[in-house]
Amino acid sequence: MADDTKRSPHDLGGVAKFMCEAVDIEPHALTAFDREVDALSGVLRAKQMMTVDEMRRGIEAIPEAEYHRLSYYRRWIRSLADNLLRKGIVTEAELRAALEET
Amino acid sequence: MRFSPGDAVTVKDDWPETRGPVHIRTPHYLRGHKGRILRYLGHYPNPEDLAFARPAAERSLYHVAFPMQELWPDGGKDDEVVVEIYEHWLDQP
Repeated sequence: MADDTKRSPHDLGGVAKFMCEAVDIEPHALTAFDREVDALSGVLRAKQMMTVDEMRRGIEAIPEAEYHRLSYYRRWIRSLADNLLRKGIVTEAELRAALEET
Repeated sequence: MRFSPGDAVTVKDDWPETRGPVHIRTPHYLRGHKGRILRYLGHYPNPEDLAFARPAAERSLYHVAFPMQELWPDGGKDDEVVVEIYEHWLDQP
């Protein structure tokens, strides 16, 4: 049996505790938020400000409890924010100010 | 390119995720397991470095087949799992 005690939280394949959970295969309608996050990620990649690998790294770095709580696109926006802050494209002050405006 | 189709290989029993922030594309359930090279898929900049915006050397990528029961005892007898694995994760058994 695979050793799944040392895995990262996102590395879910073949983990026994998920075996008895039904897989949700229903189609999900995209929200306006989902579309906006997808578009933003496309723009950042087209402008070579972030690679898909950096995007994945940011998603995989989300702590386990939050990872399971966040929706698919909320994980994306967390990674986008993390990458933009790391690169200094957006400062923490700018991000806070923008969040307060909304 | 170090391996050819049909070569027996072992996936490194290494756990970089326990040592700090990483991005690795070798699933945990394959570490330390024996498989067989199916085909060479080309060479690509190492995603483990791309993920941190570091200079990334090109690495060979292979399709590697694993007998299902080698991974999970309740797997089908004749079933295989095929996974894309970068060369630096593979050793000769």
